[in-house]
Amino acid sequence: MGATTTKRIKAGSRHVHSSALEESTMARTVLMVLCFGFIGLFLLLPLLAVFFEAFRKGVGVYLATFSDPAARHAIFLTLTVSAVAVPLNTLFGLASAWAITKFEFKGKQILITLIDLPFAVSPVIAGLVFVVIFASHGWAHPLLENSVSGLAGGLPWVGRSIGGWLSAQQPLLADGFWDFLYQEWRFQILFAVPGLVLATCFVTFPFVAREIIPLMQSQGNHEEQAALTLGASGWQTFTRVTLPNIKWALFHGVILCNARAMGEFGAVSVVSGHIRGLTNTIPLQIEILYNEYLFASSFALASLLAFLALVTLVARAALEHLTRRQVQES
Amino acid sequence: MSAAARSPIRKPPVRHTLKGRILPGFRLSLGFTLAYLGLLILIPLAGIFFKSSSLGWDHFVAGAFDPRAFASYKVTLRASFIGASINVVFGLITAWVLVRYPFPGKRVVDALVDLPFALPTAVAGIALTTLYASNGWVGSWFASGSFPGDLFTPGGLIGRLFPPDSWIGASITPDGLKIAYTELGIIVALTFIGLPFVVRTVQPILEDLSGEIEEAAASLGATRGQTFTRVIFPELLPSLLTGFALAFARAVGEFGSVVFIAGNMPMKTEISPLLIIIKLEQYDYAGATAIAAVMLVASFVLLLGINLIQWWSSRFYDNR
Repeated sequence: MGATTTKRIKAGSRHVHSSALEESTMARTVLMVLCFGFIGLFLLLPLLAVFFEAFRKGVGVYLATFSDPAARHAIFLTLTVSAVAVPLNTLFGLASAWAITKFEFKGKQILITLIDLPFAVSPVIAGLVFVVIFASHGWAHPLLENSVSGLAGGLPWVGRSIGGWLSAQQPLLADGFWDFLYQEWRFQILFAVPGLVLATCFVTFPFVAREIIPLMQSQGNHEEQAALTLGASGWQTFTRVTLPNIKWALFHGVILCNARAMGEFGAVSVVSGHIRGLTNTIPLQIEILYNEYLFASSFALASLLAFLALVTLVARAALEHLTRRQVQES
Repeated sequence: MSAAARSPIRKPPVRHTLKGRILPGFRLSLGFTLAYLGLLILIPLAGIFFKSSSLGWDHFVAGAFDPRAFASYKVTLRASFIGASINVVFGLITAWVLVRYPFPGKRVVDALVDLPFALPTAVAGIALTTLYASNGWVGSWFASGSFPGDLFTPGGLIGRLFPPDSWIGASITPDGLKIAYTELGIIVALTFIGLPFVVRTVQPILEDLSGEIEEAAASLGATRGQTFTRVIFPELLPSLLTGFALAFARAVGEFGSVVFIAGNMPMKTEISPLLIIIKLEQYDYAGATAIAAVMLVASFVLLLGINLIQWWSSRFYDNR
């Protein structure tokens, strides 16, 4: 009798962990296996493959990749383009966040949707739009040419330094098509650094804005208004009240923007002309090396960017941890 | 008296000095924002439509819908749809596991979900190609001569279901299942890059789901399956749809991760962004812009769809 009572109690307790509130252990196991299998297959494996392939031929070949002048120039170019694009986009992100979150105006929703535009537009189209405008039979060509030559002529010092910089950008002429374009075009945007910067800006400008806008919206206006009543100027309010409040989100947005800018491939591919040693960023150089079957070198460069991606992920995790702590404290 | 009769209650004159904007910097910030957007985004995008319209309708249609372009639309849309659908299923599972089940290393997995956002597309492209090529870690697993590969040979159990001229026919080879350089490879790549979208849209909704409604369903006699399909899933549906649309929109425009693994055979595994670049290299600006205009229209439709889903969900789900 004691045995049956125990059994009945046991059976009863099994009903308390009711199957209606939790999945059965079997369902749970299946779900977890599917989840980990999916994540492992699609996320972990590619990440591991990058580093494995980079070191497949040994550390010597890995390091030799970075002494190649073309690779070095690619790294330098990527850093340059990011150094211009990321601050510009950060400025835009701060300005648009200030306008959107602190004020009410008509068309705000349209503005917010416009900011999300690059996520819906293919990066190849992002590059194409600039080719269409700036190529010799684009419609901005005569207008831009006249204004720039006028500007450079009117300010001799500016003209000489721009001219000097521009002629230093003169690319090796790869084939007849680019030759034709270069002769037509006196101020070079396409197939030179300015084009790369423009294309990168187009693709990456939402990142900072998207990070800080939700945060600023949830923080509201009252701290800034309090600062104003205490006599702060607009600029002081911004730098001493708003910026410290959003510093982690801003930091994370900048890191995301930077990672995306350095890794941008499609838009830059269209705009750059693939001129080795001059207009190749790291992703383009990776493509060239891969197509030449120099797999180890290609993956060596790729491992740089993969490492940057890991840094970005760690930064995001750290940011979430910090904001969670901030929310808990307040 | 006459003054009172003449002037009934009037509104005080509007003072144009104080418009109710207490915080400074509105004109400066909005002006800079609009100028930046206009110069960087709106004018260039308008240029595409401008250029397309200058072609004339016949040339535009010829460029946008010639057989090769049309085949590229089919490949792109089909592969994007399948990839986004896979992401809906597995993204939901991943979000569920991440939110509901404790396990060691959860933070690592959670951070890892964002990898497709952070990893450059070219790096993803070469990594996936190396993995899924016939001699890669995954591709070799499907080689014929042993268990899974033999199923996918033309005579195998699964391979028999797919005739050689179907869209997946190129993958069924005597050497096993060929993933890289076929449309299956494109699907793999597009699944990779769309992965975070569904997980990240479903996760917050799942986290906010209170246990009360599930307990209520259980107390009313529902089994776990019924609770899921009738109580939990409808709550998740808007976010699933949004995630699907976002992943789909991203997949349609994706270039870097696909172009290495696709094989890029015209009419078979050529995606639309690649066709645009090929047309550019052939100096066919007209064709390239026409295809780009079609893709832009599709993107805007998708953006509109996403906004509609969010509007619908906020109307019917938040105001109950």
